[in-house]
Amino acid sequence: MIEFHQVFKRYEGGHEALKGVSFELPAGEMAFLTGHSGAGKSTLLKLIALMERPTRGQVILDGQNISKVKDRHIPYHRRKIGMIFQDHRLLFDRTVFDNVALPLIIAGVSDREIPKRVRAALDKVGLLSKEKQLPIQLSGGEQQRVGIARAVVNKPPLLLADEPTGNLDPELSADIMNLFAEFNQVGVSVLIASHDLALIARMRHPVITLKEGRTIRNELAEAAFDE
Amino acid sequence: MSKSNRQNTSYKISFLDRFKMAISLHKKNAANTLLDVLRHPTNSLLTILVLAIALALPTAFYVFSSNAKAISSNWSGGVQMALFLKENVSQEQRAEFIQELSFRPEFKEVVLIPKEQAIEDFKQQSGFGDALDYLDENPLPDSIILTPYENHSGAAMLEKLAQELEQNPVVDLAQLDMAWIQRYQAILEISQKVGTFVSILLAFGVLLIVGNTIRLAILNRRDEIQVIKLVGATDAFIRRPFLYTGFWYGLIAALLAALMVNIVLLLLQQPSSTLAELYNSGFSLMGLAPSQTLTLLAIGASLGLFGAWFSVSKHLKDIQPT
Ligand SMILES: Nc1ncnc2c1ncn2[C@@H]1O[C@H](COP(=O)(O)OP(=O)(O)O)[C@@H](O)[C@H]1O
Ligand SMILES: [Mg+2]
Repeated sequence: MIEFHQVFKRYEGGHEALKGVSFELPAGEMAFLTGHSGAGKSTLLKLIALMERPTRGQVILDGQNISKVKDRHIPYHRRKIGMIFQDHRLLFDRTVFDNVALPLIIAGVSDREIPKRVRAALDKVGLLSKEKQLPIQLSGGEQQRVGIARAVVNKPPLLLADEPTGNLDPELSADIMNLFAEFNQVGVSVLIASHDLALIARMRHPVITLKEGRTIRNELAEAAFDE
Repeated sequence: MSKSNRQNTSYKISFLDRFKMAISLHKKNAANTLLDVLRHPTNSLLTILVLAIALALPTAFYVFSSNAKAISSNWSGGVQMALFLKENVSQEQRAEFIQELSFRPEFKEVVLIPKEQAIEDFKQQSGFGDALDYLDENPLPDSIILTPYENHSGAAMLEKLAQELEQNPVVDLAQLDMAWIQRYQAILEISQKVGTFVSILLAFGVLLIVGNTIRLAILNRRDEIQVIKLVGATDAFIRRPFLYTGFWYGLIAALLAALMVNIVLLLLQQPSSTLAELYNSGFSLMGLAPSQTLTLLAIGASLGLFGAWFSVSKHLKDIQPT
């Protein structure tokens, strides 16, 4: 699903956030990306979503070298990816329903189809009863579920999550991670950046560990090697 | 397997569906942005008022200058020519000449003002009154006032006529009182040029005001724009509501401008027709014709649209999700 080949990313200030990262996430796989704050986890995810461009190296998504994606085609590229953020990035003046419907409206899904799909997504994250509420009326965990519903409503083949449980207590964090695992079970590829090592250990999925922009451990490769 | 098939077919949309969707999205955008403008009158009202004034000024100017043109063409019908006769002209020669003039096709009216009457009139009108009695001799000549028909009232035609009549041995001087019309028309021409220039400036003003309003709206919704870019919105999708907002601003402002101009015209209707009656003129104040109102609306709406477009293309690409 995702391949990184010797990817470097130097930010404008001159800081080199990624220094030759390589890994491959097979389609349908779920993996964690971990490392200390500043290790380059968010940068790596941003490269996949084309929020940043690599300075060097190749990022391949679904067999396509995404450095070839022109700026004006970035929106269509992003529609293939469901993104989840630590700070949810919801629209706070719109209802839960409207927030989840956003990707569908953007993609031009018909009015008839939208409610069906929004409710299906809300049902999966267990928030069907809250569709008319505003995000501020929800708890942090619920807001994150709205973010997840929005990410999956378009049925993208890939989910990227950047510290999705950063602000949640351990129990809610485990719920959220299990939710990702459920999506993975129906075939969605999932890559989650997190530094919650205890939780990651319990999830039993391959882990890629970054340190100062380099891959210091890649269980995905080890697993492939074992087989 | 069957699941992925269904998914595939649901993503395949015909061109017609796509077109219908685009139309429905446009309708929604148009309706939503209009509601937005109307729902936040405090935000929009001041802007729209300023825009309306900026549009009303050139419109009012246009209306008044076309009225002024109409007046000048109307008033040239009131032009008269005065023929001052030589001193030694006899009564018979005078009568003969008047007869001759009356037979000419150009003149509606031929009025003789003998010098005795001229001095009486002058005494009364000038206020010198009795002072003139001390004059030994009446210094004024006999004169004939000619009023041409409308179709002989053109400035060039009358000047030629005056030259011709001056050749007549009984005529000392033919005087055509047209200088004021020429002056009036020259002033009109200058003020039209100034008006056009000011109108262009005001049109730029409208562009800038709409552009700035849209810029603020974009900055206000910075976070929202970032979010919808993240979930795959194209620039066109994000641009559209702002363009509609600019369009509505321009259109509503133009409507308001038309209203303002018409109110002013309505207030001027009575005094202007009184004035016209005093001058025996058939002139009546012209308002904004329906086609002119439509033109105003079209200009307003397009200025709004373009102002928004400039602003959106300048500011939208600066907002990228981080
Ligand atoms: N937009 C940016 N401009 C400059 N430096 C950045 C930018 N974003 C991140 N960095 C730097 O790149 C490094 C990696 O950051 P990040 O990818 O956010 O790490 P993580 O998500 O693992 O905490 C950090 O040192 C950070 O300061
Ligand atoms: Mg981070």
